[in-house]
Amino acid sequence: MQPAISNGQQIRYSKTKKRFSLGTAFMYIVLTAWSLTTIYPLFWIFNNSFKESRDVMNKSFSLAWDPVLTNYTTAFDRINIGKSYLNSIIMSGSTVIFVLLFGGLAAYVLSRFNFRGKRVIYSILYATLLVPAFATVVPVYELLIKTSLVNTYWGLILPQTAGNLTFAILVIAGYMSTIAKELEEAAFIDGCNRWQMFMKIFMPVSRPVFASVTIFVFLWSYNDLFSALIFVSKESVRPIVALLSEISSQYGTDFGLMATAVTLTVLPILLIYLFISKFIEQGLTEGAVKG
Amino acid sequence: MKGDRKYIWMFLFPSAAFLTIFLYYPFFKSLYFSFYRTKGFFDKKFIGWDNYERLFSDKMLGQATLHTLEIMLYVIVFQVGIALVLAVMVDNITKLKGFFRSVFFFPVVISGTAISLLFVLFYNYNFGLLNNLLTSLGFEKVLWLSESNALKAIAVPTVWHYVGFYFVLFVTAMSKIPEDYYDAAKIEGITGFKKMVKLTIPLIMSDIKVVITLAITGTLKVFDFVWVISRAQNGTEVLGTYMYKKAMVDQNFGYGSTVAIYMVVLGVVIALLANRLLKSDEITY
Repeated sequence: MQPAISNGQQIRYSKTKKRFSLGTAFMYIVLTAWSLTTIYPLFWIFNNSFKESRDVMNKSFSLAWDPVLTNYTTAFDRINIGKSYLNSIIMSGSTVIFVLLFGGLAAYVLSRFNFRGKRVIYSILYATLLVPAFATVVPVYELLIKTSLVNTYWGLILPQTAGNLTFAILVIAGYMSTIAKELEEAAFIDGCNRWQMFMKIFMPVSRPVFASVTIFVFLWSYNDLFSALIFVSKESVRPIVALLSEISSQYGTDFGLMATAVTLTVLPILLIYLFISKFIEQGLTEGAVKG
Repeated sequence: MKGDRKYIWMFLFPSAAFLTIFLYYPFFKSLYFSFYRTKGFFDKKFIGWDNYERLFSDKMLGQATLHTLEIMLYVIVFQVGIALVLAVMVDNITKLKGFFRSVFFFPVVISGTAISLLFVLFYNYNFGLLNNLLTSLGFEKVLWLSESNALKAIAVPTVWHYVGFYFVLFVTAMSKIPEDYYDAAKIEGITGFKKMVKLTIPLIMSDIKVVITLAITGTLKVFDFVWVISRAQNGTEVLGTYMYKKAMVDQNFGYGSTVAIYMVVLGVVIALLANRLLKSDEITY
């Protein structure tokens, strides 16, 4: 290992020498410019959420030095954004749990067992990725109405679990197939049955991929406007994105309130992301490229 | 192992049940609906291929398809293009790599709805950020969501949203290229732009293919940007919003399903076409 490390350092030295070249400076300028396009809009909306609506219109660039909280009180009192938060968390959280458990089990079977029909299952799963929600929405809607699940939490949890399972199975299976065979044999000798093996060995060992699947499934279900509009449009179960879309059509002229609603939707997700961005990239590395 | 059969069934069962009930059965049911004229759930009548005939003479659908294809073009050229350029740049710098990786990903984690509202505020004629900027620089205000501009105006946030996602995929692919390839190139005197065109891009071609396929299938699903920014008016109807209107607003499930089936077929055809065009030899290190 030693020579390899010193070799790497040499390369780094030669790179640092060229640090002040024109090309490198140009690259930093472009990269910084792009990062401004991702940071500034968020700052703009956050800043404007602390202003009166007319100030959002007339002085949208100025900093909100004396922040007003009227927009926030309106959001929580009149529009009841807190309830939507709760709905979102319950529904997206449950979706994640189901996807991890069921997808994990299926992935475990597909990656560690040999049986006839496995290739067929894989082909079907890949084909499933090509079916968009549009192609299933009407019959699912009908099904939910018939079972009285429409406008209940289950009305979103069940279809979204199904919608995210394929992705989860393929990514988790990709990761599990790299786990050493010896680990499995050792556990078997210690008297584990298949269920215990999954819970005690494969779940913990596959933690990185489970983490990244968690993040993506949560994001996708939290952000999914299409399903929310159709399956859970009633006020009492409406998740936050549906509320957001509602606000834009009803209070479209109240810019302060809109800025606040966007801020409230985006902020928790962004904060969580900052803490766990490491896992996201790890997860993408493990599975998404191959999947 | 003994008793494995039992576990195979047991462990596969929940996923199989979910997928069957909420994906496969509904998909075939949609296919079935596409042969019926419906009004709500209760009134339906078999009409054979009529819905499909209507599909081909439907001018609105033709327009929605063209709009979707236009956005797809922007997505492939700009979204994938910008992601690739940014990834090459980040691969070539030494400092702040982690910072750029995190920051570029910001838009990906934000919902399309929230981003759309943000752009509603940007594009607003009287008070929006863009027109504010223009007037402060002494220019005339621009009607951003006019008939001729609206689709492009919607394409901007659509493209911007997922650049970070593809960027991370590219950076990851590049980090897997063994260092000795670059060392060899250096000895040969291949650097900078030439290195990127001759070495980096060919080596990650298979990832570029995956990304383009993802971008194509992703574009067919575009819904929230159009729905929130323009309500699909002013020449911005895309397939997703058109299907939603037919099926959910007009309650015409039969024709809505036909449009959905058309979208699936279109997606598969374009994805296959793209794969054929980008055919290249798999590279293994």
